[in-house]
Amino acid sequence: MLNTVYQLTEPRKIETCFKNIDVTGNQVIIRPIRLSICHADQRYYQGSRSPEVMAKKLPMALIHEGIGEVKFDPKGIFPAGAKVVMIPNSPTEEDEVIAENYLRSSRFRSSGMDGFMQDYVALDHSRVLLLPDSIDESVAAFIELVSVSVHALSRFGRFAHIRRNRVGIWGDGNLAYITALLFRYMFPDTELYIFGLNQDKLSLFSFARKTFDVRSIPEDVTIDHAIECVGGEGSQQAIAQIIDHINPQGTLSLLGVSEYPVPILTRMVLEKGLCLFGSSRSGRADFQKTIDLYTAHPEIVNYLANLINVEVEINSVADIHRAFYEDINKPGGKTILHWNI
Amino acid sequence: MVFGIILAGGVGSRMGDTKKPKQFILLGGKPIIVHTIEKFYVNPEFEKIIVLCPNQWLNHTRNLVANYFPKDNNVVVIEGGRDRNGTIMNSLAYIEQNYGLDEDTIVVTHDAVRPFVTHRIIEENIRYAQEYGACDTVIPATDTIVESQDHTVIHAIPDRKMMYQGQTPQSFQAKKLKELYESLTKEEKDILSDAAKIFVIKGEEVRLVRGETFNIKLTYPYDLKVAEALLAEEKNEK
Repeated sequence: MLNTVYQLTEPRKIETCFKNIDVTGNQVIIRPIRLSICHADQRYYQGSRSPEVMAKKLPMALIHEGIGEVKFDPKGIFPAGAKVVMIPNSPTEEDEVIAENYLRSSRFRSSGMDGFMQDYVALDHSRVLLLPDSIDESVAAFIELVSVSVHALSRFGRFAHIRRNRVGIWGDGNLAYITALLFRYMFPDTELYIFGLNQDKLSLFSFARKTFDVRSIPEDVTIDHAIECVGGEGSQQAIAQIIDHINPQGTLSLLGVSEYPVPILTRMVLEKGLCLFGSSRSGRADFQKTIDLYTAHPEIVNYLANLINVEVEINSVADIHRAFYEDINKPGGKTILHWNI
Repeated sequence: MVFGIILAGGVGSRMGDTKKPKQFILLGGKPIIVHTIEKFYVNPEFEKIIVLCPNQWLNHTRNLVANYFPKDNNVVVIEGGRDRNGTIMNSLAYIEQNYGLDEDTIVVTHDAVRPFVTHRIIEENIRYAQEYGACDTVIPATDTIVESQDHTVIHAIPDRKMMYQGQTPQSFQAKKLKELYESLTKEEKDILSDAAKIFVIKGEEVRLVRGETFNIKLTYPYDLKVAEALLAEEKNEK
């Protein structure tokens, strides 16, 4: 089948092309219904990645956060009409030790291969998970981002020592909000402190015990473990503050993406015996765990709905441009695409 | 019930000197008609996909369906009629005989040589036919349309803003389509260029579905070159 693919060919230019899908093969044919824009997509769209990266990756369809409806499954495992989550990570091998999202051989939608901006998406069965009807579609659209937090928090659960009286999260953006929210439900006995810059955004973290302005953190504030959700140019300062306020032998979980090397005061890392670990992306098990959490605690979905900034009906390529424009001009939150094209 | 009707009646006289009807020409290594049927095959709305082709190509078309689709597929190949609307009437006769025709029977008729049709276009065709009785897929005209009654001089240049180019699918409530067609006089039938006109002649409303510029009909050798160019090559591991 000649599938329509909406590819970014150069910054702010989307062209239609066609790629063959084998409808009698082994893949599930899914019609995307709700998609969500990630910072990484926006960086490709605006051309803010390096020229080398742009040349290597483009042309490519963007978007790796989304849900869809099964149209056809040659194996008959998923019924037509079933609402499903589309998993963007595409492993090419199995490994008993290394998680699928860290295997260097894995490919990722909207990074090393076409994303979900297509008429149909053909996925292996292992990349598809049933989405309960009770979960709001627009919130479900960015389940990938939430699963990244769930993945990182699951690793926190394995790596962090058992004294978890207080945990600090640095950041006040989408990732920090989601990570803090999921932390609240995955580790309900731990006091949660949020360290951010924007009072308006910090006020949304009503489920946390305390919030702090990073420009005036009291000296006597201490935490047992920390999670960094800042990234970019703010990484260095956030990590420095964490090292100042964290108790000995705490873990420092790094989630913020930085394009540049970040200086770290290793003397204090050594003196305090800190454990730094990074987390990125997620795998099938993390998606399933996220769906289970949504089902067990429906209020999580309600909280996450607060993050939706704008929803855009996509009927044409012009609407795709409008969505990316709306997204980059928003103060925060998520941009959801209703995929009707 | 919704039925997909694939019209493969053309003998391809406009496709250069090839003797093979244009729907059987390979595009990306696969016959064009197979690409087109696949768009309907993956859509669970369709009870049956009825492919209509000239008598001498029946066996070949059936072989293609058998080769490219699983055994238990919902595709049937039957003989077309003398012209486009005769072919559509054959499909309605097949439906009536095997399923019966009622108010809820919808037919989505589509050119076998338009393999780039999208999910949205098909979905809107089904929905509009269900809601309004008939619809036609169109795009705004980009060229100025010129009318000449004697094929020598211009008699009129209609306002382009009101002009559209017809594509397919065209979709209808099957029972209504049959009744309207049967009520036409021979003279009226002679001037039919497509099925939507059956409704228009009888003063019935036909809704517009927004098509796509790339939903092209592969008619001339030039079109095939354009179609090949639209197929993107898979980029190697990045």
